[in-house]
Amino acid sequence: MSLLDKLDAVAAARKALLPEDLDIFGMPIEEVYSTTEASVGGRRILFFGTNNYLGLTFAPECLEAAHKAIDKEGTGTTGSRMANGSYSGHRALEQEFAEFYNCQSSIVFTTGYQANLAMISGLAGANDVILIDGDSHASIYDGCKLSGAEIIRFRHNDMVDMEKRLKRLGERASSTLIIIEGIYSMLGDRAPLADIVKIKNSYGSILLLDEAHSIGVLGKTGQGLVEETGLINEVDFITGTFSKSLGSIGGYCVSNHMQLDQLRYVSRPYIFTASPSPSTIASTRAALKLLRDGTELRNNLWKNAHKLYSGLDKQGYKLGPEPGPIIATILDSPQQAIMLWKALFDQGIYVNLILPPAAPDGKSLVRCSVSAAHTEEQIDYVVNIFATLRKNIS
Amino acid sequence: MEYDKNSILQNLCKHLEHFVSAEVEITPDTDLINELAIDSVKLLSLVMEIEDEFDISVPINVLTDVNTVQDLANLIFKIKSQSQ
Repeated sequence: MSLLDKLDAVAAARKALLPEDLDIFGMPIEEVYSTTEASVGGRRILFFGTNNYLGLTFAPECLEAAHKAIDKEGTGTTGSRMANGSYSGHRALEQEFAEFYNCQSSIVFTTGYQANLAMISGLAGANDVILIDGDSHASIYDGCKLSGAEIIRFRHNDMVDMEKRLKRLGERASSTLIIIEGIYSMLGDRAPLADIVKIKNSYGSILLLDEAHSIGVLGKTGQGLVEETGLINEVDFITGTFSKSLGSIGGYCVSNHMQLDQLRYVSRPYIFTASPSPSTIASTRAALKLLRDGTELRNNLWKNAHKLYSGLDKQGYKLGPEPGPIIATILDSPQQAIMLWKALFDQGIYVNLILPPAAPDGKSLVRCSVSAAHTEEQIDYVVNIFATLRKNIS
Repeated sequence: MEYDKNSILQNLCKHLEHFVSAEVEITPDTDLINELAIDSVKLLSLVMEIEDEFDISVPINVLTDVNTVQDLANLIFKIKSQSQ
Protein backbone atom coordinates (compact mmCIF):
# COMPACT_ATOMS: atom_id res chain seq x y z
CA MET A 1 0.00 0.00 0.00
CA SER A 2 1.42 3.39 -0.97
CA LEU A 3 1.72 6.31 1.39
CA LEU A 4 -1.33 8.03 -0.04
CA ASP A 5 -3.36 4.81 -0.28
CA LYS A 6 -3.08 4.55 3.50
CA LEU A 7 -4.67 7.96 3.87
CA ASP A 8 -7.42 6.99 1.42
CA ALA A 9 -8.14 4.01 3.65
CA VAL A 10 -8.49 6.37 6.61
CA ALA A 11 -10.88 8.55 4.60
CA ALA A 12 -12.96 5.50 3.65
CA ALA A 13 -13.15 4.34 7.28
CA ARG A 14 -14.25 7.81 8.40
CA LYS A 15 -16.87 7.98 5.67
CA ALA A 16 -18.27 4.59 6.64
CA LEU A 17 -18.61 5.50 10.31
CA LEU A 18 -19.17 9.23 10.69
CA PRO A 19 -22.06 11.40 9.44
CA GLU A 20 -21.17 13.28 6.27
CA ASP A 21 -22.95 16.49 7.25
CA LEU A 22 -21.10 16.94 10.56
CA ASP A 23 -17.33 17.15 11.06
CA ILE A 24 -17.39 15.76 14.60
CA PHE A 25 -13.63 15.72 15.02
CA GLY A 26 -13.03 19.15 13.53
CA MET A 27 -15.91 21.31 14.69
CA PRO A 28 -14.94 24.96 14.23
CA ILE A 29 -15.88 27.05 17.23
CA GLU A 30 -16.99 30.36 15.72
CA GLU A 31 -17.26 32.50 18.82
CA VAL A 32 -16.44 31.90 22.46
CA TYR A 33 -18.94 33.67 24.74
CA SER A 34 -17.52 32.51 28.07
CA THR A 35 -15.70 29.60 29.69
CA THR A 36 -18.85 27.49 29.32
CA GLU A 37 -20.64 28.77 26.21
CA ALA A 38 -19.78 29.25 22.54
CA SER A 39 -21.20 29.31 19.03
CA VAL A 40 -20.70 26.26 16.80
CA GLY A 41 -22.36 25.92 13.40
CA GLY A 42 -24.38 29.05 14.13
CA ARG A 43 -25.80 27.45 17.27
CA ARG A 44 -25.24 28.40 20.91
CA ILE A 45 -23.73 25.43 22.71
CA LEU A 46 -22.69 24.52 26.23
CA PHE A 47 -19.09 23.39 26.64
CA PHE A 48 -19.05 20.03 28.40
CA GLY A 49 -16.05 18.71 26.51
CA THR A 50 -13.21 21.07 27.41
CA ASN A 51 -10.54 20.53 30.03
CA ASN A 52 -11.10 23.98 31.52
CA TYR A 53 -11.50 22.42 34.96
CA LEU A 54 -11.09 25.59 37.02
CA GLY A 55 -12.61 27.89 34.39
CA LEU A 56 -9.54 30.15 34.28
CA THR A 57 -9.40 30.91 30.53
CA PHE A 58 -11.13 34.27 31.09
CA ALA A 59 -9.77 35.04 34.55
CA PRO A 60 -9.06 38.83 34.56
CA GLU A 61 -5.65 38.28 36.18
CA CYS A 62 -4.59 35.89 33.38
CA LEU A 63 -5.95 38.12 30.60
CA GLU A 64 -4.18 41.19 31.98
CA ALA A 65 -0.87 39.35 32.39
CA ALA A 66 -1.07 37.98 28.83
CA HIS A 67 -1.92 41.39 27.36
CA LYS A 68 0.98 43.05 29.16
CA ALA A 69 3.42 40.33 28.04
CA ILE A 70 2.40 40.69 24.39
CA ASP A 71 2.87 44.46 24.55
CA LYS A 72 6.23 44.13 26.25
CA GLU A 73 7.79 41.04 24.62
CA GLY A 74 5.84 40.38 21.42
CA THR A 75 3.80 37.48 20.13
CA GLY A 76 6.45 34.73 20.17
CA THR A 77 10.01 33.87 21.12
CA THR A 78 10.83 32.44 17.67
CA GLY A 79 13.38 30.04 19.15
CA SER A 80 13.98 27.07 21.38
CA ARG A 81 14.90 27.19 25.04
CA MET A 82 18.47 26.21 24.07
CA ALA A 83 18.81 29.13 21.68
CA ASN A 84 17.05 32.47 22.01
CA GLY A 85 13.83 31.20 23.63
CA SER A 86 14.56 31.42 27.36
CA TYR A 87 13.13 34.69 28.62
CA SER A 88 13.13 35.70 32.27
CA GLY A 89 9.44 34.70 32.40
CA HIS A 90 10.27 31.09 31.46
CA ARG A 91 12.84 30.90 34.25
CA ALA A 92 10.47 32.59 36.69
CA LEU A 93 7.70 30.10 35.93
CA GLU A 94 10.13 27.23 36.46
CA GLN A 95 11.06 28.69 39.82
CA GLU A 96 7.38 29.08 40.71
CA PHE A 97 6.61 25.46 39.76
CA ALA A 98 9.52 24.27 41.90
CA GLU A 99 8.21 26.34 44.83
CA PHE A 100 4.63 25.17 44.27
CA TYR A 101 5.69 21.54 44.59
CA ASN A 102 8.49 22.32 47.08
CA CYS A 103 10.90 20.56 44.72
CA GLN A 104 14.53 21.27 43.80
CA SER A 105 14.19 21.50 40.02
CA SER A 106 11.68 22.28 37.32
CA ILE A 107 11.56 22.52 33.54
CA VAL A 108 8.83 24.21 31.50
CA PHE A 109 7.90 22.85 28.05
CA THR A 110 5.88 24.15 25.12
CA THR A 111 3.10 21.55 25.39
CA GLY A 112 2.09 18.82 27.80
CA TYR A 113 2.64 16.29 25.01
CA GLN A 114 6.18 17.58 24.59
CA ALA A 115 6.79 17.39 28.36
CA ASN A 116 6.16 13.64 28.35
CA LEU A 117 8.04 13.10 25.11
CA ALA A 118 11.02 15.08 26.41
CA MET A 119 11.10 13.55 29.88
CA ILE A 120 10.63 9.92 28.86
CA SER A 121 13.02 10.00 25.91
CA GLY A 122 15.53 11.98 27.95
CA LEU A 123 15.45 9.60 30.91
CA ALA A 124 15.33 6.20 29.17
CA GLY A 125 17.36 4.80 26.30
CA ALA A 126 17.87 1.71 24.21
CA ASN A 127 19.04 -0.55 27.03
CA ASP A 128 16.40 0.51 29.56
CA VAL A 129 12.94 -0.75 30.41
CA ILE A 130 9.81 1.35 30.80
CA LEU A 131 6.76 -0.09 32.53
CA ILE A 132 3.53 1.73 31.69
CA ASP A 133 -0.13 1.46 32.62
CA GLY A 134 -2.13 0.07 29.68
CA ASP A 135 -4.46 3.12 29.71
CA SER A 136 -1.62 5.63 29.38
CA HIS A 137 -2.04 8.75 27.25
CA ALA A 138 -0.64 8.77 23.70
CA SER A 139 2.11 11.19 24.76
CA ILE A 140 3.44 8.51 27.12
CA TYR A 141 3.34 5.80 24.46
CA ASP A 142 5.03 8.15 21.97
CA GLY A 143 7.68 9.22 24.47
CA CYS A 144 8.46 5.57 25.17
CA LYS A 145 8.72 4.85 21.46
CA LEU A 146 11.05 7.79 20.96
CA SER A 147 13.30 6.60 23.80
CA GLY A 148 14.02 3.26 22.09
CA ALA A 149 13.64 1.49 25.47
CA GLU A 150 11.79 -1.80 25.99
CA ILE A 151 8.16 -0.92 26.62
CA ILE A 152 6.13 -3.25 28.85
CA ARG A 153 2.48 -2.62 29.70
CA PHE A 154 0.60 -3.69 32.79
CA ARG A 155 -3.16 -3.98 33.07
CA HIS A 156 -4.77 -0.69 34.02
CA ASN A 157 -4.45 0.02 37.76
CA ASP A 158 -3.77 -3.68 38.41
CA MET A 159 -1.04 -3.84 41.04
CA VAL A 160 -0.68 -7.63 40.96
CA ASP A 161 -0.10 -7.40 37.22
CA MET A 162 2.38 -4.55 37.63
CA GLU A 163 4.42 -6.35 40.27
CA LYS A 164 4.42 -9.57 38.24
CA ARG A 165 6.07 -7.71 35.38
CA LEU A 166 8.63 -6.04 37.63
CA LYS A 167 9.50 -9.40 39.16
CA ARG A 168 10.10 -10.92 35.72
CA LEU A 169 12.66 -8.20 35.02
CA GLY A 170 14.97 -9.45 37.75
CA GLU A 171 17.90 -7.09 38.33
CA ARG A 172 16.69 -4.77 35.58
CA ALA A 173 13.70 -3.78 37.74
CA SER A 174 15.92 -1.48 39.80
CA SER A 175 16.59 0.72 36.78
CA THR A 176 13.10 0.50 35.31
CA LEU A 177 11.07 3.65 34.74
CA ILE A 178 7.43 3.20 35.84
CA ILE A 179 4.93 5.68 34.36
CA ILE A 180 1.43 6.32 35.67
CA GLU A 181 -1.15 9.13 35.62
CA GLY A 182 -2.87 10.96 38.49
CA ILE A 183 -6.26 10.87 36.77
CA TYR A 184 -6.61 8.83 33.57
CA SER A 185 -7.97 10.78 30.63
CA MET A 186 -10.36 8.21 29.23
CA LEU A 187 -12.37 6.93 32.20
CA GLY A 188 -11.41 9.56 34.77
CA ASP A 189 -10.16 7.15 37.44
CA ARG A 190 -7.09 7.65 39.64
CA ALA A 191 -3.91 5.63 40.00
CA PRO A 192 -3.58 3.70 43.30
CA LEU A 193 -0.47 5.72 44.16
CA ALA A 194 0.15 4.33 47.66
CA ASP A 195 0.25 0.76 46.35
CA ILE A 196 2.41 1.73 43.38
CA VAL A 197 4.91 3.54 45.61
CA LYS A 198 5.15 0.54 47.92
CA ILE A 199 5.91 -1.79 45.01
CA LYS A 200 8.32 0.56 43.22
CA ASN A 201 10.26 1.11 46.45
CA SER A 202 10.62 -2.61 47.04
CA TYR A 203 12.17 -3.01 43.57
CA GLY A 204 14.11 0.29 43.61
CA SER A 205 12.49 1.51 40.38
CA ILE A 206 12.02 5.13 39.27
CA LEU A 207 8.49 6.58 39.18
CA LEU A 208 7.16 9.26 36.82
CA LEU A 209 3.64 10.53 37.52
CA ASP A 210 1.72 12.57 34.95
CA GLU A 211 -0.61 14.99 36.77
CA ALA A 212 -2.07 16.44 33.53
CA HIS A 213 -5.69 15.92 34.60
CA SER A 214 -5.14 16.13 38.35
CA ILE A 215 -3.22 19.40 38.82
CA GLY A 216 -5.68 21.96 40.14
CA VAL A 217 -8.17 19.20 40.80
CA LEU A 218 -6.74 17.09 43.64
CA GLY A 219 -5.03 18.14 46.88
CA LYS A 220 -5.49 21.11 49.19
CA THR A 221 -3.45 23.48 47.03
CA GLY A 222 -4.10 21.62 43.77
CA GLN A 223 -0.73 19.89 43.34
CA GLY A 224 -2.58 16.77 42.27
CA LEU A 225 -2.58 13.14 43.38
CA VAL A 226 0.79 13.56 45.12
CA GLU A 227 -0.74 16.09 47.49
CA GLU A 228 -3.97 14.23 48.06
CA THR A 229 -2.04 11.10 49.03
CA GLY A 230 0.80 12.90 50.84
CA LEU A 231 3.33 11.00 48.73
CA ILE A 232 5.13 13.79 46.90
CA ASN A 233 8.53 12.71 48.24
CA GLU A 234 8.02 9.18 46.93
CA VAL A 235 7.58 10.23 43.29
CA ASP A 236 10.76 10.84 41.29
CA PHE A 237 9.36 12.98 38.47
CA ILE A 238 6.03 14.79 38.14
CA THR A 239 4.91 16.01 34.72
CA GLY A 240 1.79 17.93 33.77
CA THR A 241 0.18 20.35 31.39
CA PHE A 242 -0.95 23.97 31.35
CA SER A 243 -3.78 23.20 28.92
CA LYS A 244 -6.30 21.99 31.46
CA SER A 245 -6.65 23.60 34.90
CA LEU A 246 -4.15 26.35 34.03
CA GLY A 247 -6.15 27.42 30.97
CA SER A 248 -3.28 27.96 28.50
CA ILE A 249 -0.86 25.63 26.71
CA GLY A 250 2.46 24.15 27.85
CA GLY A 251 3.91 21.51 30.11
CA TYR A 252 6.19 21.06 33.10
CA CYS A 253 8.26 18.60 35.05
CA VAL A 254 9.33 18.95 38.69
CA SER A 255 11.69 16.73 40.64
CA ASN A 256 13.97 16.56 43.64
CA HIS A 257 16.59 14.86 41.47
CA MET A 258 19.11 17.57 40.62
CA GLN A 259 19.88 15.66 37.40
CA LEU A 260 16.59 16.95 35.97
CA ASP A 261 18.41 20.06 34.76
CA GLN A 262 20.70 17.93 32.57
CA LEU A 263 17.67 16.87 30.52
CA ARG A 264 17.91 20.28 28.88
CA TYR A 265 21.07 19.05 27.11
CA VAL A 266 20.00 15.59 26.01
CA SER A 267 16.27 15.71 25.39
CA ARG A 268 15.56 16.33 21.71
CA PRO A 269 11.91 17.41 22.08
CA TYR A 270 13.10 20.10 24.54
CA ILE A 271 16.08 21.17 22.45
CA PHE A 272 14.30 21.37 19.11
CA THR A 273 10.93 22.96 19.94
CA ALA A 274 10.32 26.70 20.06
CA SER A 275 9.61 27.88 23.59
CA PRO A 276 6.19 29.01 24.85
CA SER A 277 5.16 32.54 23.83
CA PRO A 278 5.56 35.31 26.44
CA SER A 279 1.78 35.72 26.76
CA THR A 280 1.35 31.99 27.45
CA ILE A 281 4.01 32.09 30.14
CA ALA A 282 2.49 35.22 31.70
CA SER A 283 -1.06 33.90 31.82
CA THR A 284 0.17 30.57 33.21
CA ARG A 285 2.09 32.33 36.00
CA ALA A 286 -1.08 34.21 36.95
CA ALA A 287 -3.16 31.03 36.68
CA LEU A 288 -0.76 29.07 38.89
CA LYS A 289 -1.33 31.57 41.70
CA LEU A 290 -5.11 31.31 41.24
CA LEU A 291 -4.88 27.51 41.15
CA ARG A 292 -2.83 27.36 44.36
CA ASP A 293 -5.29 29.61 46.17
CA GLY A 294 -8.30 28.11 44.41
CA THR A 295 -9.98 26.14 47.20
CA GLU A 296 -13.37 27.57 46.27
CA LEU A 297 -12.83 26.74 42.60
CA ARG A 298 -11.95 23.14 43.52
CA ASN A 299 -15.01 22.91 45.76
CA ASN A 300 -17.23 24.09 42.90
CA LEU A 301 -15.57 21.68 40.48
CA TRP A 302 -16.13 18.71 42.77
CA LYS A 303 -19.71 19.76 43.58
CA ASN A 304 -20.43 19.87 39.84
CA ALA A 305 -18.60 16.60 39.17
CA HIS A 306 -20.60 14.74 41.83
CA LYS A 307 -23.86 16.27 40.61
CA LEU A 308 -23.29 15.27 36.97
CA TYR A 309 -21.94 11.81 37.83
CA SER A 310 -24.83 10.95 40.13
CA GLY A 311 -27.35 12.42 37.65
CA LEU A 312 -26.09 10.21 34.81
CA ASP A 313 -25.69 7.22 37.11
CA LYS A 314 -29.34 7.48 38.16
CA GLN A 315 -30.36 7.39 34.49
CA GLY A 316 -28.63 4.03 34.16
CA TYR A 317 -25.71 5.14 32.03
CA LYS A 318 -22.62 2.98 32.27
CA LEU A 319 -19.93 5.32 33.60
CA GLY A 320 -16.25 5.37 34.49
CA PRO A 321 -15.44 3.99 37.96
CA GLU A 322 -15.50 7.22 39.98
CA PRO A 323 -16.74 10.83 39.89
CA GLY A 324 -14.25 13.49 38.82
CA PRO A 325 -13.69 16.20 36.27
CA ILE A 326 -13.82 13.55 33.53
CA ILE A 327 -17.12 11.68 33.38
CA ALA A 328 -17.16 9.10 30.61
CA THR A 329 -20.29 7.29 29.47
CA ILE A 330 -19.40 3.90 28.01
CA LEU A 331 -21.45 2.85 24.99
CA ASP A 332 -21.92 -0.54 23.38
CA SER A 333 -20.68 0.42 19.92
CA PRO A 334 -19.15 3.30 17.93
CA GLN A 335 -22.50 3.77 16.18
CA GLN A 336 -24.31 4.14 19.49
CA ALA A 337 -21.71 6.63 20.72
CA ILE A 338 -22.01 8.69 17.52
CA MET A 339 -25.80 8.69 17.83
CA LEU A 340 -25.63 9.94 21.42
CA TRP A 341 -22.99 12.56 20.59
CA LYS A 342 -25.08 13.92 17.70
CA ALA A 343 -28.28 13.98 19.75
CA LEU A 344 -26.51 15.92 22.53
CA PHE A 345 -25.07 18.35 19.99
CA ASP A 346 -28.54 18.88 18.49
CA GLN A 347 -29.65 19.91 21.99
CA GLY A 348 -26.76 22.40 22.30
CA ILE A 349 -24.33 20.30 24.33
CA TYR A 350 -20.75 19.79 23.20
CA VAL A 351 -18.96 16.73 24.63
CA ASN A 352 -16.07 14.54 23.42
CA LEU A 353 -16.58 11.51 21.23
CA ILE A 354 -13.90 8.84 21.61
CA LEU A 355 -13.90 5.81 19.34
CA PRO A 356 -11.62 2.75 19.11
CA PRO A 357 -8.65 2.53 19.06
CA ALA A 358 -8.33 5.80 21.03
CA ALA A 359 -10.25 4.46 24.04
CA PRO A 360 -8.98 1.50 26.08
CA ASP A 361 -10.11 -2.08 25.36
CA GLY A 362 -11.93 -1.03 22.18
CA LYS A 363 -14.50 0.99 24.14
CA SER A 364 -16.61 3.78 22.63
CA LEU A 365 -17.02 6.77 24.89
CA VAL A 366 -19.04 9.95 25.10
CA ARG A 367 -16.93 11.88 27.57
CA CYS A 368 -18.09 14.90 29.55
CA SER A 369 -15.67 17.27 31.24
CA VAL A 370 -16.83 19.37 34.16
CA SER A 371 -15.68 22.86 35.10
CA ALA A 372 -15.85 24.91 38.29
CA ALA A 373 -17.46 27.54 36.06
CA HIS A 374 -20.52 25.42 35.19
CA THR A 375 -23.71 26.54 36.91
CA GLU A 376 -26.17 24.21 38.63
CA GLU A 377 -28.69 25.05 35.91
CA GLN A 378 -26.24 23.98 33.19
CA ILE A 379 -25.58 20.66 34.93
CA ASP A 380 -29.34 20.11 35.41
CA TYR A 381 -29.92 20.83 31.72
CA VAL A 382 -27.29 18.27 30.66
CA VAL A 383 -28.65 15.60 33.03
CA ASN A 384 -32.18 16.19 31.73
CA ILE A 385 -31.09 15.90 28.08
CA PHE A 386 -29.17 12.68 28.82
CA ALA A 387 -32.35 11.40 30.53
CA THR A 388 -34.52 12.09 27.49
CA LEU A 389 -32.00 10.32 25.24
CA ARG A 390 -31.60 7.26 27.46
CA LYS A 391 -34.37 5.19 25.89
CA ASN A 392 -33.04 5.81 22.38
CA ILE A 393 -29.69 4.26 23.10
CA SER A 394 -30.73 1.24 25.19
CA MET B 1 6.23 -26.37 32.05
CA GLU B 2 8.58 -26.86 29.08
CA TYR B 3 7.61 -25.30 25.78
CA ASP B 4 9.00 -26.07 22.35
CA LYS B 5 8.27 -24.09 19.19
CA ASN B 6 5.47 -26.41 18.14
CA SER B 7 3.65 -26.40 21.46
CA ILE B 8 3.88 -22.62 21.59
CA LEU B 9 2.39 -22.40 18.11
CA GLN B 10 -0.49 -24.70 19.04
CA ASN B 11 -1.13 -22.81 22.24
CA LEU B 12 -1.07 -19.48 20.41
CA CYS B 13 -3.60 -20.73 17.84
CA LYS B 14 -5.97 -21.65 20.68
CA HIS B 15 -5.72 -18.11 22.08
CA LEU B 16 -6.27 -16.63 18.64
CA GLU B 17 -9.54 -18.51 18.31
CA HIS B 18 -11.02 -16.18 20.97
CA PHE B 19 -10.19 -13.17 18.85
CA VAL B 20 -11.47 -14.25 15.42
CA SER B 21 -14.66 -15.72 13.98
CA ALA B 22 -15.00 -19.50 13.90
CA GLU B 23 -14.93 -19.74 10.08
CA VAL B 24 -11.40 -18.37 9.76
CA GLU B 25 -8.68 -20.99 9.40
CA ILE B 26 -5.56 -20.23 11.38
CA THR B 27 -2.25 -21.49 10.02
CA PRO B 28 1.35 -20.52 10.85
CA ASP B 29 1.45 -18.30 7.77
CA THR B 30 -1.80 -16.51 8.50
CA ASP B 31 -1.33 -12.74 8.59
CA LEU B 32 -2.60 -11.38 11.90
CA ILE B 33 -3.72 -8.00 10.58
CA ASN B 34 -4.81 -8.67 7.01
CA GLU B 35 -6.36 -12.13 7.42
CA LEU B 36 -7.42 -12.29 11.06
CA ALA B 37 -8.27 -8.58 11.37
CA ILE B 38 -6.35 -8.36 14.64
CA ASP B 39 -6.14 -4.59 15.10
CA SER B 40 -3.80 -2.80 17.50
CA VAL B 41 -6.29 -2.99 20.39
CA LYS B 42 -6.93 -6.71 19.90
CA LEU B 43 -3.22 -7.39 19.51
CA LEU B 44 -2.44 -5.78 22.86
CA SER B 45 -5.20 -7.81 24.54
CA LEU B 46 -3.84 -10.96 22.91
CA VAL B 47 -0.35 -10.12 24.16
CA MET B 48 -1.67 -9.75 27.73
CA GLU B 49 -3.21 -13.25 27.49
CA ILE B 50 -0.02 -14.69 26.07
CA GLU B 51 2.07 -13.06 28.80
CA ASP B 52 -0.09 -14.73 31.46
CA GLU B 53 -0.03 -18.10 29.69
CA PHE B 54 3.75 -18.24 29.22
CA ASP B 55 4.75 -16.14 32.23
CA ILE B 56 6.73 -13.71 30.09
CA SER B 57 6.66 -9.98 29.34
CA VAL B 58 6.47 -9.04 25.67
CA PRO B 59 7.80 -5.53 24.97
CA ILE B 60 5.25 -3.81 22.75
CA ASN B 61 7.95 -2.20 20.59
CA VAL B 62 9.07 -5.60 19.26
CA LEU B 63 5.55 -6.31 18.00
CA THR B 64 6.17 -4.08 14.98
CA ASP B 65 8.18 -6.97 13.47
CA VAL B 66 5.33 -9.44 13.92
CA ASN B 67 3.15 -10.11 10.88
CA THR B 68 2.14 -13.78 10.94
CA VAL B 69 1.09 -16.29 13.57
CA GLN B 70 4.49 -17.96 13.15
CA ASP B 71 6.27 -14.63 13.76
CA LEU B 72 4.43 -14.25 17.05
CA ALA B 73 5.14 -17.85 18.04
CA ASN B 74 8.85 -17.34 17.29
CA LEU B 75 8.89 -14.20 19.40
CA ILE B 76 7.26 -15.98 22.34
CA PHE B 77 9.77 -18.83 22.03
CA LYS B 78 12.68 -16.39 21.97
CA ILE B 79 11.51 -14.47 25.05
CA LYS B 80 10.61 -17.67 26.89
CA SER B 81 14.03 -19.19 26.12
CA GLN B 82 15.83 -16.06 27.34
CA SER B 83 13.86 -16.00 30.59
CA GLN B 84 14.72 -19.60 31.54
